[in-house]
Amino acid sequence: MGEVIKRITPPLDDKILEDLRIGDKVLITGKIYTARDAAHKRFVETINKGGQLPVDLKGQVIYYVGPTPPKPGYIIGSAGPTTSIRMDSYMEPMLKAGLKATIGKGYRSWGVVDLLKKYKAVYFIATGGVGALISKKIKKARIVAYEDLGPEAVMELEVEDFPVIVANDIYGGDIFEEGVRKYQEITLPFKIERISEV
Amino acid sequence: MKIVRVEEIEDAVRRLSMDVNYYIRDELREAYKKALEKEVSEIGKEVLSQIIENVELAASEQLPVCQDTGVSIVYVEIGQEVKIEGGNLYDAINRGVSRGYKEGYLRKSVVRDPLFNRVNTGDNTPAMIHVEIVPGDVFRITFMAKGTGAENMSRLAMLTPAAGVKGVRDFVLKTVAEAGPNPCPPIVVGVGIGGTFDTVGWLAKKALMRKFGSRHPDPNYAKLELELLDEINKLGIGPQGLGGRITALDVRIETAPCHIGALPVAVNLDCHAHRVGVWEK
Repeated sequence: MGEVIKRITPPLDDKILEDLRIGDKVLITGKIYTARDAAHKRFVETINKGGQLPVDLKGQVIYYVGPTPPKPGYIIGSAGPTTSIRMDSYMEPMLKAGLKATIGKGYRSWGVVDLLKKYKAVYFIATGGVGALISKKIKKARIVAYEDLGPEAVMELEVEDFPVIVANDIYGGDIFEEGVRKYQEITLPFKIERISEV
Repeated sequence: MKIVRVEEIEDAVRRLSMDVNYYIRDELREAYKKALEKEVSEIGKEVLSQIIENVELAASEQLPVCQDTGVSIVYVEIGQEVKIEGGNLYDAINRGVSRGYKEGYLRKSVVRDPLFNRVNTGDNTPAMIHVEIVPGDVFRITFMAKGTGAENMSRLAMLTPAAGVKGVRDFVLKTVAEAGPNPCPPIVVGVGIGGTFDTVGWLAKKALMRKFGSRHPDPNYAKLELELLDEINKLGIGPQGLGGRITALDVRIETAPCHIGALPVAVNLDCHAHRVGVWEK
């Protein structure tokens, strides 16, 4: 596991992705897009119909978040990551459309870990449950699609030094497996199965 | 006879909606600090520091601690000597939720229909309301803002009596181990044991709504709560699942009598942003 802080700006190319390893701390500056359950459903329905997506995903980063509404004078409300595994069944068409990174919390299905390797994309995690803190890294926010979905609308965010950690890299590594292996101090009479959506 | 007006109930729920989302209780803040002292993993310590910084920021600016301001779970204990006046209890609670979530800039996270027509209701209603009649003249509302990251990782099993304590223990550990990083550890674990299929889930939720750090009145269960907490913290999951010693902050068990052939168990997980508040009249 690396301990270096790396700075990246989307769109992400192969050179950037090849340099990222699980455990790397990364600061993202630039534009990223939000999408969660309902928006993914529409994205993938659009892709399957051969339609055009409201956002060109090539080289882009999607942040799994549904922020709270901004208070007066604020750019955005609390805006921490949501659980990523719910988006796993939508991953392959999104990766085929050029998506290169996602930000969320929690583990991905093993099927997605394989897809990330196949399509050369990474999965970042941000700290879950610290949405007020994370909101301070967001400098601009505007809705770009599906406004009717309310908190699930797709937004373009301009972020500055947005802190994430590489959880799955293009080499098939998985940060959670390594963490538990290092600290588990109990023998269990059962096998731990990762919940799988893919 | 004690009189409680629906306007008071509406206002209490409105305030609870906002307060639990902005302000983390002192006993939980203390638990974060103790966790930071005990944690050995560097990344785990970093996560715990962020959690502490976040709750301070949220309180000082009245921002929701987490963007998932949850589905509103409202548990009402009504003394049998209490009279509710001025309208319908359920409507008053929902008006309180609607106003609290709108006025407090909280996220509206409820869809009207679970399967065919998932359209957001726009005001976080309806709340999940549980009413119990209790002795005396107490009127108590316990409000929980329940995020779904941890709710989705909760599990229920209909064990057999032969499974016993070991069966319960293994099921709790398996649920937490397989949830891993997803429910936002360090988590709080509510365990329901006994009753029937329908009641055991509610027992687990009631365990989560009980006071943080409180122990079951029966010493056998109180001991089991602490043993489970210790064993969960040996799973190695750690803060945010990145490896470490602090996976859970508290384990609470609620129990009920059950059928001679049954041993229902429910494990309801909650994230570190464990948002519960109480109003009493």
